[in-house]
Parts: sequence; structure tokens; C-alpha cells
Amino acid sequence: MKIHEFQAKQLFRQAGVPVLEGIVAKTPAEAHAAFEKLGSSVAVVKAQIHAGGRGKGHIADNPQQKGVELVRSAQEAQAVAEGLLGKTLITIQTGPEGRRVNQIFVEQGCEIVRELYMGIVLDRAAARPVLMVSSEGGVEIEEVAEKNPELILKEHFDPAVGIDAFQIRKLCKKLDISGPAAKSAGQFISALCRFYVDKDCAMAEINPLVIDSQGRMLALDAKITFDDNALFRHPELKELRDLNEEDPAEVRAADSGLSYVTLEGNIGCLVNGAGLAMSTMDIIKYHGGEPSNFLDVGGGANTQQVTEAFRILLSDPNCKAVLVNIFGGIARCTTIATAIIDASKEVGFNVPLVVRLEGTEVQEGRQMLADSDVEIITATDLTDAAKKVVAAIA
Amino acid sequence: MSILVNKQTRVLCQGITGSAGAFHTRGCKEYGTQMVGGVTPGKGGQMVEDLPVFDTVEEAVQATQANATMIFVPPPFAADAILEAIDAGIEIIAAITEGVPVLDMVRVYEKVRASNSVLIGPNCPGLITPGECKIGIMPGYIHQPGKVGVMSRSGTLTYEAVWQTSNLGLGQSTCVGLGGDPIVGTNYIDLFKRFESDPQTEAILMIGEIGGSAEEEAAAYVKASVTKPVAAFIAGRTAPPGKRMGHAGAIISGGKGTASEKVAALEDAGIVVAPTPADMGTAVQEAIARGR
Repeated sequence: MKIHEFQAKQLFRQAGVPVLEGIVAKTPAEAHAAFEKLGSSVAVVKAQIHAGGRGKGHIADNPQQKGVELVRSAQEAQAVAEGLLGKTLITIQTGPEGRRVNQIFVEQGCEIVRELYMGIVLDRAAARPVLMVSSEGGVEIEEVAEKNPELILKEHFDPAVGIDAFQIRKLCKKLDISGPAAKSAGQFISALCRFYVDKDCAMAEINPLVIDSQGRMLALDAKITFDDNALFRHPELKELRDLNEEDPAEVRAADSGLSYVTLEGNIGCLVNGAGLAMSTMDIIKYHGGEPSNFLDVGGGANTQQVTEAFRILLSDPNCKAVLVNIFGGIARCTTIATAIIDASKEVGFNVPLVVRLEGTEVQEGRQMLADSDVEIITATDLTDAAKKVVAAIA
Repeated sequence: MSILVNKQTRVLCQGITGSAGAFHTRGCKEYGTQMVGGVTPGKGGQMVEDLPVFDTVEEAVQATQANATMIFVPPPFAADAILEAIDAGIEIIAAITEGVPVLDMVRVYEKVRASNSVLIGPNCPGLITPGECKIGIMPGYIHQPGKVGVMSRSGTLTYEAVWQTSNLGLGQSTCVGLGGDPIVGTNYIDLFKRFESDPQTEAILMIGEIGGSAEEEAAAYVKASVTKPVAAFIAGRTAPPGKRMGHAGAIISGGKGTASEKVAALEDAGIVVAPTPADMGTAVQEAIARGR
């Protein structure tokens, strides 16, 4: 689960990770008031969307309006807010369709002496979280990793203990951070590592991380992703979810315990199991088609879930044919057959339907479909299924 | 011969009083697995599927001499259940549970690696030595005793591969579902070592997917140390970056973990890579014909 920058900074403040004062605004008038309340000579107005690259991104139809702007008066803050709120912001991470800006964050300015990058992610190979710091702040870290990997310093830590003091000293030495800034860095880094563990983060990224003229280390940006599997122990975090930022079809699927991802193509897929679902997309593409979604109905899907899955698939206007690929293990082919028959009565299939069933109760499932009046193109194996569904829309 | 489990394996089910635990305990028993008991804290003394239920794994091991367990405990308690099994000295632990928090697994991983136990999963279908012992949720009848060692990060995709190798008359020595999470107890390399020294295994099929770098690490190991024919398939060539594809571990992040990188690493190691999921069985045939 992702959250907004202003939410992440509220959590940082509670956790002792230093941030600047800031106020969230939903109207231009609120932005005006926020600037006055902050009382600093400069402030930064930032669009709040769940995507990076906002500073370089711009509003659709208005390339002059960037997603992040420096302002020097309440009037300017209000004007920038007018340029952003209710508009669509396009960044390198949003794709061409962009994201609607529903709120902005007005934050105090500061005198930046240095810009750095800091992130914590899980290092899967080491089976531990890893803190990454780079002197190359403000730029895409993927680019640094590609071109100058030696500029990214890494320290693994044990979540039960947190990062050790000597690890922070090593980092400061290599980054040439000393004096009051080193002390500030020590507090910042240990608080951030503790935060990562306490809140079950999947990723915490601060870019840029700055040192200001007073020697303070501050999080100028904050991008947090939480481990969805651990949200059960953080009910307070669940409330930070912003459904406006998520694909409605994906939200609807998740509510029914289905795993769904919208894609660009026109062949809908309904599959059991994530690996098989991905491979089904792959084989459709291999035979010249384009999948319109990834959909894993899960191992133990029941008829209601599968019927809902069909509703979601068929509500996508791009979907011109459907491929059902089931290898029954716990999920029985008869369950799927029942759902196909139910869905055809309830929503009706106005597009060609190719079905490939294998595994548990396959004979009974195939018979049920043959006995029904649902129009089905039957496939014998994966290749046959992919070829038939591609041919069906040709 | 086979790896990890056989006719002698004595199996417990942790979470046996839940519906999934009871259902699959029955399934494993019907397959011929020696199921010897179950564990659910607070339910000791009951019987499920004609098997005794114990409060703790320690008690269950003392009473039944169990040396393997399958875990169906819900995600908030799954890590604790695995730790209990390690503590009780269980040799083979198959954690079926999906949705275990990843930081819980950081702790479990460290403990299990420092122990004599082998953890399979979590978020996996389990493991099976056809005709001898099934520990997990896979449909038993698609398997056939034979010569291919199968390992995979995916459940149903493994069934597909097993089905293909059975239909080609190759059969399987042992099939292991590694699990779809970012941190799992056993990786490809651990199993390559076991399959390499197992006389029944004549060829190895590894099924991977996008995300992480386990396949690349395995490819380097195969290149250096495996003498048996190896075939592979990687799921997710068409997956978009930044999106979690069902499995918590199946995500391309920061441009890393793509299928094309993995395929290139595997091919460089002399592994036959199936172009589509329909070609996994024939890829094994080709690997055998080609030799190493």
C-alpha cells in the first residue's frame, strides 16, 4: 500500500525523523492560508499524487505548470494551487494518462547545502533490509544504479536490533558528513530504520534528503510503501489508503479476494494461480495477441468469486475476447464451470469465450459446459487456447 | 531415491483443525502419505481425520516421531508456527500459508538457516515425491514416479509442468514448490545440490518468474556445478514494471527482475529455456537429448 508524501511526513514526525513544517490544502484559499500560517519567506507547493517525478512533471494542456513549485508569497501559493488542483498531472511514472491532483502540500523552504538520496528496501538475496545512501540526491536512483553503482553505499541491518552506530559512522565518513550534520544524520538514520521496521514498510525512499545551512538532515520528500501482508497489525495505516489513487477494477477485485491488474490489450484472462496467470499472458502475446488484464482467482476460489471475476473482466470496454485457463488443484473445474454458466446467465457473454480446463474434476466440468447453452470455444491445451483466442478477435 | 521426502516420512499438520488443514490432511492421507497427527494450540486431545491433535509440536513429535510438518496456520501466526517446528527439531517444514509479513520471514529465515531444518515456502503448494509422499495441496494424480526433479516459485504453473512431463512419460523424482514470497526458506541452489546428488533424478526443471534475482544466482550455480541436464521456464515476460503480479515477490522494481534478464542468464548457463509455458515438458526432453 502506498501513501501520500504529506501522510508519510506526518508519520516521520511522530517517529522522530526530521521534516519541515507543512500544511495540506484542498483549495486555493487553503493554500493561501497555509503559506501565511507557515510564516516563512519561501515555501514549496507540491502536488500530492502516488507517483514520483512530480518536479519535472507538468499539468496536461499546461506544460508551464510543474507539479512542484517554489513560491514567495501567499498569492503565489494560491495561484500555483489553482494551476494544480483538479487538474491532471503527467509525470514519468504516471504514464500518459496522468493523475488527478486532489490535494497539495505547502511546505516551508530551507537553505539546502547538500542533496543526498536515502532509501530502505528488502534485499531479497540477503534476506534483510538494506539502507542505501547516495551522494547523488534529487536524480533518479535507478539511473545512478545503472551508471555509477559505486556511488550507492549500502548497509544491511537486523530488524530486531536496528542499524548499529558504527554503520552510521562509516556512511558519514564516506559521504564526508561531519560536525553537527553527522550528529543529525545519526538521529535521522536510526529513526528511519526503526520506522521501517515498526511500520512494516516494503520501501522507504527519501529523494532528496538534504542537509541545510544549520547542519540539519531533513527529509524533503518521502515515498513509503507498506507490506500489504502486515497491514493486519497496523489498523491506523489502513486509514491512510487513498482509493482515488487506485485502479477501480483492481480495488473491486481485491475486495473479492481476487488479484487483478489492468493491462493495455484486448484479451481478458481468467486464470487460477499467479504463475499460470502470468504465463497465460505470455503465451497470448507469443501467439500475437495482447492481454487486457492479469487475473488470478486464487487456489480456493468459489463460484461467487469467479462470477465476480467475470463481471470485472466483461466491464472492461477494451476486452474483446476472454480466455479462461484453469488447472484445477484445490480449485475444482466444476466450480469454474458453474461460474461460467452463472455469469453467462447474469451478465451474458457478448464476446468470444475460449475455455481450457484441466485438473481436478475436469471431466465433470467439461460435461457441465457441454450440456449448458453457453457458447464456448473449447481448447485442449495452452497453445490451442492461446491460438483460438487470438483467432477469435482477428 | 528422491529428495527430502519418501515413504518413511512421518508428517504432522499444524493448523489441522482449520478447514484447509483438515481438507488437505485427508488429501495427503488418501495419497498414501504417512500422516501421524496434528497441532492446534488449545485443541489438544481432539481427533481430526482419525489423527490425534496436540497442543504443541514438541508433544506431537514425542508422541508420533514425526519428522515433517505442513503448516496451514493463518498469516499472523504462521511465523511462530514455523519457529515452533524448528524448535521441535522437525526436519522438513512445508509452510503453505499465503500472506506472511516479510519482516516475520527475515527472522524465520535466519533461524531456519542456523538450524538443521529445511523450510519449504511459505506461500507454496508444498512438495511431493510421486507414489510415496505428498505434503501439500497439489492434485496428486497428475504426478508419476520418474526422473525429472521439478522446482518452482508458482503453484498451478508447476501442475502444468508436471502434467506435461507425465504425459511425455518422463515422470518426476520430487517436485518442490519454493513459494511466491520475497523471502522463502529454500532456494533453487539448495535444491540443485540435492537433485545433483540424487540418483533417481536424471534431469532438472526449474520454473521461475519475474522479481528478485534468485534465477540469475541459480544460473551461475548451474554453470559452475551442475552436471545433469537442466530446463527452465520464466513466467512474466509480458508483465508491466512496478506492478505486483499476484505473488508478493513477483514484481519488477527499478528495472530489475525482468524475465528477459533471467532468460539470458539461464541460456548463458547452457539451460534449455522453454519459449512458452506449453513447452516445459519438451524443453526437458531437449535438455536430456542435448546433455550437459
